[in-house]
Amino acid sequence: MSAAEVARVRTPHRRAWWRLLRSELRLIFGRRRNQMGLLVLAGLVVVMAVAIKLSDSSNGTGGGDPLSSVTSNGLFLAFGALGIEITLFLPLAIAMLAGDAIAGEANIGTLRYILTVPVNRTRLLAVKAASLVIGAFTGTALVALTGIVAGVGLFGTGPLTTMSGNQISLWAALGRLTLAVVYLGVGMSALAMLGLFVSTLTEQPIAATVAVMTLAMVFWVLDQVPQLDWLHPWLLVDRWQSFLDLLRDPIYTGRLWPGLAVDLAYGVVFWLAAWLRFRRKDITS
Amino acid sequence: MTGPVTTTRLDADLIDDLAIASAGLTKSFGAQLVVDAIDLAVPRGAVYGFIGPNGSGKTTTIRMLLGLISKDSGSCTMLGRAMPRASDLVLPDVGVLVEGPAFHPYLSGRANLIRLDAADRYADAHSARARVDAALDRVGLLAAARKRYRAYSLGMRQRLAIAGALLQPRELLVLDEPTNGLDPQGTREVRHLIGELASDGHTVFVSSHLLSEVEQMCSHLGVMRTGALVAQGPVAEIGRLAAPRVHLSTPDATLATEVLERVGVSDVLATTDGVSGAATDVEPDRIVAELVGAGVRVRGFAEVKPTLEDLFVQLTGEGFDVSG
Repeated sequence: MSAAEVARVRTPHRRAWWRLLRSELRLIFGRRRNQMGLLVLAGLVVVMAVAIKLSDSSNGTGGGDPLSSVTSNGLFLAFGALGIEITLFLPLAIAMLAGDAIAGEANIGTLRYILTVPVNRTRLLAVKAASLVIGAFTGTALVALTGIVAGVGLFGTGPLTTMSGNQISLWAALGRLTLAVVYLGVGMSALAMLGLFVSTLTEQPIAATVAVMTLAMVFWVLDQVPQLDWLHPWLLVDRWQSFLDLLRDPIYTGRLWPGLAVDLAYGVVFWLAAWLRFRRKDITS
Repeated sequence: MTGPVTTTRLDADLIDDLAIASAGLTKSFGAQLVVDAIDLAVPRGAVYGFIGPNGSGKTTTIRMLLGLISKDSGSCTMLGRAMPRASDLVLPDVGVLVEGPAFHPYLSGRANLIRLDAADRYADAHSARARVDAALDRVGLLAAARKRYRAYSLGMRQRLAIAGALLQPRELLVLDEPTNGLDPQGTREVRHLIGELASDGHTVFVSSHLLSEVEQMCSHLGVMRTGALVAQGPVAEIGRLAAPRVHLSTPDATLATEVLERVGVSDVLATTDGVSGAATDVEPDRIVAELVGAGVRVRGFAEVKPTLEDLFVQLTGEGFDVSG
């Protein structure tokens, strides 16, 4: 090769980052296992709706649990379903995606090929993080959407009676639901960043998934122990259920803002931890 | 980084004439020294056979060159630039096959290559399909492009990995055991392909634990043994390292041994009909004259040049035992 050929000018394509992200998303959403996972998330909401419909006896009381008000307004199903799925099923879905992110590629060996394409490690980790965030929001939004469709389909809708007792319009209620999806999407994304970090520690995606799921469970358990109340504000899951404050009128933000702050802190800290770990990691698989 | 990147050379060294160069490249895993201060010199345009038994550190070396694993000490350059620092600039010009093929099992062969292409920030999305199909065609996989990777045979998987290395025009190909798992026909095709790539001006760095596989296509050889590079250079030069052996047929074995050792033949061993020994710096004519002068009855005398294979065994201690 002549020296002239060495002096080749290369220009990265401007849309290269998006192309890799699209490829990543195709990988995630094209995978049968993940499609099944989404189906389970949505299916659970439908099962809840049908179960409530079949046992339909009491009319909406407007109590603390949105599911008890579903019969008065189908929209409550979306809120109730979110409240249930964030305790187990959404974190499980996130744990599966995040476990796969790095450990999955390391496990089948594709990591060594993608890094020698080359893909800069920071860029790969950024794309993986972005795809996980999109996955987290997709799962959360799917639960809410299924809740709207099943809830409104089975129970009808209209102006919504808030937990404070007054009514807001249907559109305002949908706006609140959108805010709930954003709030919980951020929370799930934070868990996904924790999962991304764990995923850089192992070559076994299942191990990473189990570890993330275990951590989520530990958070929930610790959050229930009254003796540890000093710790509660710092637990990732502590204020997830506070999304129901969006059903108050006016919205009570006293727990929502700190909740968002804790989510963001977890997200940033664990992405950085993943980066520090992955940047220097020996890829031996 | 989105601005244009110019790959002009930074330092005008002799390193520029080498596609791969390393100095004192070393790596241990825990207490085990896997690669021990090796100095690679792979000239541009060469087909460099990197040979050594399984477990001799070839793949670890390749992973270090590519920046997949960190080096403990030493330095290395590829295409005239320091690795792994310049990975982003160097690797687009390098086609890679490391330690066997690895793809997403539930994607088709074509989808897998498109995935790799999508990761390349210099690749043009519009020509991806055409380039992928050309690469598949080159390795004879176009007909199986839509098949899922998990349904591929080992040979097809190997070809797909080679196709991945050929997605872009390259200057250097680093192929780790490219014929692993291929049938004899496939092995021949890969050899032919490497020959073609080399005549196109590519530098090819190909590793193998089978000398017979690379011997026919290489211009240069590097021989690894338990983490050390024990020999390196043009094939002809390596061949000269092999000391010829002399075989003497005689009934006077004891006397013959004395004479041979006196004239400088080493490693003298008794054989069924006489003795043999390694004659590195001794002319065979002189040996025979000395033997006859000493009264040894010479019934037969032969000088045998060892094959490269013999030399390989001699250098690496190749056997069934895994070294180190």
